[in-house]
Amino acid sequence: MNIFVLLKRTFDTEEKIVIKNGQIEDDGAEYIINPYDEYAVEEAINLRDEHGGEVTVVTVGEEDSEKQLRTALAMGADKSVLINTEDDLEEGDQYTTVKILEAFFADKEADIILAGNVAIDEASGQVGPRLAERLDIPCITTITDIKVDGENVNIERDVEGDVEKIETSLPLLVTCQQGLNEPRYPSLPGIMKAKKKPLEELELDDLDLEEDDVEQKSRTTEIFLPPEKEAGKVLEGESDEQVKELVSLLKTEAKVL
Amino acid sequence: MGDTKEKVFKGGGFLIEDVEAEDIITPEDFTEEHKMIAKTTEDFVLGEVVPKIDNLENHEFEHSVKLLKQAGELGLLGADVPEEYGGLALDKISSSLITEKFSRAGGFSVTHGAHVGIGSLPIVFFGNDQQKEKYLPVLATGEKLAAYALTEPGSGSDALGAKTTAKLNEAGTHYILNGEKQWITNSAFADVFVVYAKIDGDKFTAFIIERDYPGVSTGPEEKKMGIKSSSTRTLILEDAEVPVENVLGEIGRGHVIAFNILNVGRYKLAIGGVGSSKRALELSIKYANERKQFKTSISSFPLIQEKLASVAANTYANESAVYRTVGLFEQSMGDLSNEDLKDGQAVADIIAEYAIECSLNKVFGTELLDFAADEAVQIHGGYGFMQEYEVERIYRDSRINRIFEGTNEINRMIVPGTLMKKAMKGELPLLQKAEALQEEIMTMMPEEPGLATLEQETYLLKNAKKIALLGAGLSAQKYGEKLENEQEILVNIADMVGEIYNMESAVLRTKKAINKDGEAAHQQKLLYTQVYVQEAFNRIESHAKETLIAAESGDSLRMMLGALRKLTRHTPTNVIAKKREIAASLIKEQKYIV
Repeated sequence: MNIFVLLKRTFDTEEKIVIKNGQIEDDGAEYIINPYDEYAVEEAINLRDEHGGEVTVVTVGEEDSEKQLRTALAMGADKSVLINTEDDLEEGDQYTTVKILEAFFADKEADIILAGNVAIDEASGQVGPRLAERLDIPCITTITDIKVDGENVNIERDVEGDVEKIETSLPLLVTCQQGLNEPRYPSLPGIMKAKKKPLEELELDDLDLEEDDVEQKSRTTEIFLPPEKEAGKVLEGESDEQVKELVSLLKTEAKVL
Repeated sequence: MGDTKEKVFKGGGFLIEDVEAEDIITPEDFTEEHKMIAKTTEDFVLGEVVPKIDNLENHEFEHSVKLLKQAGELGLLGADVPEEYGGLALDKISSSLITEKFSRAGGFSVTHGAHVGIGSLPIVFFGNDQQKEKYLPVLATGEKLAAYALTEPGSGSDALGAKTTAKLNEAGTHYILNGEKQWITNSAFADVFVVYAKIDGDKFTAFIIERDYPGVSTGPEEKKMGIKSSSTRTLILEDAEVPVENVLGEIGRGHVIAFNILNVGRYKLAIGGVGSSKRALELSIKYANERKQFKTSISSFPLIQEKLASVAANTYANESAVYRTVGLFEQSMGDLSNEDLKDGQAVADIIAEYAIECSLNKVFGTELLDFAADEAVQIHGGYGFMQEYEVERIYRDSRINRIFEGTNEINRMIVPGTLMKKAMKGELPLLQKAEALQEEIMTMMPEEPGLATLEQETYLLKNAKKIALLGAGLSAQKYGEKLENEQEILVNIADMVGEIYNMESAVLRTKKAINKDGEAAHQQKLLYTQVYVQEAFNRIESHAKETLIAAESGDSLRMMLGALRKLTRHTPTNVIAKKREIAASLIKEQKYIV
């Protein structure tokens, strides 16, 4: 099987988000593989171990994304590709990423592409489905189980807490949800092997793309933090008085009724 | 390691040589792989071990065995084992980072350390091919677990006073061992013990003993103050039958193994101390930020800030020193051929060369941890006294570190003792330097260092070396052979030398970082260095004064004190202000940062 994983480098879940001059400050921030993409890497390795083939991990990002690719290689992926847009692009959106990936996959014979359900930073959940659309292959999101038998694929997906069972076929793109698997720790021998595994670096030029081709379709107008959580309120008095007060507060203060 | 020109420094050489920033290895030199190895270890410890700490503290050792096997699958037991025996033969920085990250596991880090360190390394360093083939592959995977049995009820620091006996049986096939080994880590479940006994009552020898040999048993689990997650029992040998091929190393030369293994144990304890201190500090900062008294976070009080900053600056100095020592091993190993590297003895020799550094790191690293743990409890107030809080366990776990692998008192004695030996053998020109210094101070004029970055610290370091040499030289002159009876003076010398090693490591690390990225990027490092150097220099001055007063009297004392005054004259750094600055960053980042 020719297996691909779409991977994004994101802030560590422990990072505190600080906004400075309207931008998220990334000075000294720690980065990780987007946790949902980690499920994708793990599942890709399991599929390869079961069915043979090769796992290639692809990321669109900057030079520094190499670290997360190396981690995926240390987990057991075979090859990795960094599509480095650092010099070409100031900014981009999901359209940009999908356009670049579409060009990348133009000459690839992918049997299955695995991506995370969402990235924990911008959480759009769009790149996977939109790429499937461009590549004209089926897309199943938020999967929690996958069985491949020849061309046939049986999938369980999480639908707001319920399970939906789906039959489909390769080639296919799936996005991975928590519960699919327990990602492994990169082992020390894996880490040592990873430095000898291929890490290919591409730029827009190599994909015959111009900056205009991938220009973003959306505009970020403002970046702001959620309002600080205020202290809770404890209502006092008899139950019926409390209920009355609660309803009135929900109407007047919270304005949800 | 690197292919650039690298000087190889003699053990203890830092005391008299000028070392450049580029000569030392610092944490800033860690590679991406080092960081990945550290991350895997950290993730494993947080994900698998920490959730089981209550079970481990409760002596449910089936978890220890399972966790060690899991660690083995990840390669976390094979870092120091050669590749041909199933290990990974990683560099010493990697294995040190594994040790540091394991410290988060509390008493389980002692379980891990005993297995990979004192349990497995005697076979790595001194085993013959058959022994290595038989034991190392299963130890590297965790299929078999190891322990180390040196201490006896009647012999601790005096290891050679052991009473356990070994006698060859009539058939000449087995040694029959009798005796008791006390406080043996991992003894509840270890399969393989490295045990010392005297053949025919005088030939101190190491043996590899398997748990299921006839006559081998263990006593009940000890009730300890701390590190309860580790198993500690007595190993009982009653006519234990050990095959002759299980003699480790040469008959009658067990002490060589014992002393070499102690060196390794020592620097690794220092690394663990640094790791745990960082954890204690992180818990302290977070608590101080959350805890409100008088309607304000207690982290806003300067006195709490002073504690946080002191622990952080000390952590920085010790971290710099211990990784410098690990770097010294690496630099020396770079000179070995592959053949030599396979020979464990050559690696052990390198570590032994730096016995002084290992002892200093052990003493200062474990005392750092006691300090960090104590302040962590203090910052937590009454909550720190309660078992629900991690700092309570860190406090109890810390205490053993000053006792095992040679008490800190014994380790302090080793420092001047080894320096003198090296001087006598002509390996270090200490005596010549001391004599030259005595002439120099007669005519010396006090200097005033400039205001450039780290100029004052570099000046204080240079003078600290002179002060230590003055004290040591004078004591050696005065007492000669009898100096070994003057234990208070010896300890003063050890403390001065240790402070110098830490000061210099901090200064050089900060310089190296600034040379690379500029000063603005390393403000925190600079502040740590300024604070540590000033405080260490004050302590050195006090040790030196006490030493001079004990060793001299009358006019010559007055002359010596005059020389000391010249060497200590300087305008001190305002450490109160610097510590407030340090604390401000710590409070913001909520963890130890450099």
